[in-house]
Amino acid sequence: MKIYIRSSACVSAQHTLGVQNFLEDIVEYTGNRLPVIEPDYKRYIDPKQIRRMSHVIKMGIAAAKECLAEAGVDMPGAIITGTAFGCMEDTITFLTRIIEYHEELLPPTAFIQSTHNTVAAQIALLLKCHNYNNTFVHKGMSFEGALFDAVMLLKEEEANNVLVGGTEEMVDTSFTVLTRLGLYRRFPVSNLDLFKTVSKGTIGGQGAAFCLLSTDISPDNLAELRAVKTLYKPKDIEEGIAGFLKANFLTITDIDLVINGKNGDINNDEPYKQLEAGLFKETTIANYKHLCGEYPTSSSFALWLASNILKKQVVPEVLLEDNKIVGPPKSVLYYNHYQGKYHSLMLLFAI
Amino acid sequence: MSTHSTVYIAGLGIISAIGNNVAEHLDAFKNERAGMAGITIIDTIHKGKLPVAEVKLSNEQLISLTGLTEHNSRTALLSLAAAREAVADAAIPGLDELRVGLVSANTVGGMDRSEDFFVEFIADNSKGKLKNVYDHECGSITEIVADKLGITDFITTISTACSSSANAIFYGARLIKNDIADVVIAGGADSLTKFTLNGFNTLMILDEGFCKPFDENRKGLNLGEGAGYIVLVSDKVAETLSTPPYCTLSGYNNSNDAFHQTASSPDGTGSYMAMQGALKMSGLKPSDINYINLHGTGTPNNDSAEGTAVKRVFDPHYPPMSSTKSFTGHTLGASGGIEAVFSALAIRHKIIYPNLRFQTRMNELPFAPVTRYLTGKPVKHVMSNSFGFGGNCTSLIFSEV
Repeated sequence: MKIYIRSSACVSAQHTLGVQNFLEDIVEYTGNRLPVIEPDYKRYIDPKQIRRMSHVIKMGIAAAKECLAEAGVDMPGAIITGTAFGCMEDTITFLTRIIEYHEELLPPTAFIQSTHNTVAAQIALLLKCHNYNNTFVHKGMSFEGALFDAVMLLKEEEANNVLVGGTEEMVDTSFTVLTRLGLYRRFPVSNLDLFKTVSKGTIGGQGAAFCLLSTDISPDNLAELRAVKTLYKPKDIEEGIAGFLKANFLTITDIDLVINGKNGDINNDEPYKQLEAGLFKETTIANYKHLCGEYPTSSSFALWLASNILKKQVVPEVLLEDNKIVGPPKSVLYYNHYQGKYHSLMLLFAI
Repeated sequence: MSTHSTVYIAGLGIISAIGNNVAEHLDAFKNERAGMAGITIIDTIHKGKLPVAEVKLSNEQLISLTGLTEHNSRTALLSLAAAREAVADAAIPGLDELRVGLVSANTVGGMDRSEDFFVEFIADNSKGKLKNVYDHECGSITEIVADKLGITDFITTISTACSSSANAIFYGARLIKNDIADVVIAGGADSLTKFTLNGFNTLMILDEGFCKPFDENRKGLNLGEGAGYIVLVSDKVAETLSTPPYCTLSGYNNSNDAFHQTASSPDGTGSYMAMQGALKMSGLKPSDINYINLHGTGTPNNDSAEGTAVKRVFDPHYPPMSSTKSFTGHTLGASGGIEAVFSALAIRHKIIYPNLRFQTRMNELPFAPVTRYLTGKPVKHVMSNSFGFGGNCTSLIFSEV
């Protein structure tokens, strides 16, 4: 059974949602935290409801509805989301009020919308979709968890198509706390220079990206999703990647493009640099986190990116470090690691 | 692609307000001893007003039981205690040689510690001990337990509000059926926090007395805490066990009510679909079910919707049913795991649990829950319901081997 990416839609720091061009007008930001380009939410959500919704809910619904519209599908066979932090805005609002109001006279809305499954639930509610609905919340593997579930559901023939997405919002409080934990650059940097400056820390990001996986053959499919795999604390990642390719009857020479999760942090990028000198030595490597920032479900952005590269048969120059000219790729390997512990792999082919 | 058609339950582990292990739970049921009492572990204005079902061990006691550290979340402490009991109970020969997964669920993550952090942080953003936010993410809890149990082959975390750990259990079964894992420890944990206590309080669905699930005069739920895990194994692994497995997981379904973020639809659409879907998968008729472990939170809305859905599925032949939340309180993300343990024990020991404090049948329903502890009952098939915010409804069916 082959599994296809039927459509994909993405809210990000770049012009990615509902646009015809593909990363042609790149937006440069200087700072250590990327916003998103806000869609016109009224196109996707009843204005009366928009006011009550937090940023992550709005982003998630916009990406999900755009994805379904592009696929021409009204009712997905399942809805699965991944998020590490869930609904931070509502969580922090409620937590702050508990402390500031001494637990008295608290309005319930923030609590109601704070559960991690809110985005998947709100999509189901808007679509009146009674089908399978699940949310994965495992750190930097949250989206991969959702994607893995979607692939299993399709293989089990429980659904013909599955809407699967990754969402994450960055609010001031989480940015402050994560900065104190040492995740981000101490000084402002241009996102387009992220890989040119060697330093500790990366730039924070956020976004929402959905794709519709389908088992139906269609000329409109963006790409084939051949495999997805996560590894926890592997002894040797190079061996792990080679093993993943071998399990799919491939070697690295079959891969036209590697999209990697380099984020500009000197320690974080070390494993990527080792692979660049080793297994990926002869392979073209693309970066993406300078476009969307680092966040736990950025792999959903990468899946949107890989699908479009394979559909449009073009590798945008902004992804490449050394301005190489790259031919139209037939195969893409995605490799990312999260805090050195979690490693994820996705394998995609052109239709 | 399924190479394993049957998934067996080989081990159980549990901690809740009525006991710190499986044996203590059986004893509490036999003696109809509920776990609700006044609040002791959280510093809150609701102390002395709202009853809760706390695990009767302090963090210090849980730390010495589990070997974790004082900065770990209580959710992690509870999770590890129950998961470790489940693994020991399963006693799988040659576990190190098998592909082992951990699929764990929770809704609060390390919120208990984040609350401590936040008090200082709000006053001054440069304050607050960072080690208090290390376990904030739901996934951190699973990671801590996986590391302590030495599990690396497959780990993930699910969070779908109050159906979280029921979804974790059936995801675990699917990993085995899809030949991804041979053994999966699945279930969930949640600790009591100010966040959830105040959250449910703003919804005005907490009973100021002990909850009365499925009673006409029910006032709401009591929050609880705990963890429950089951060890799922493939048929090949089941053959190697020295003691027979408790039961199989014969059916499961996840459906969405798609009605409201927190309220259930009046006719229990999602619950109905979940129960029907699980029955269809197991190949059983409603009359084959010998016991229903109800979601039965005790809120007017849940019990009305669930009761209506039960009526639609089972009328006119109602199996014995009860809400064990009348013992444990509503343990949120842990409840599906905890009640899966109870389901397996009901089959193994031929027992049916009482629905405590039930007095008056609901006007709208033609049935009432079981009110006494029953023994010697043929319990071949148990249905366990878990429904949550966001319309997430999941039913599981456990069957005699």
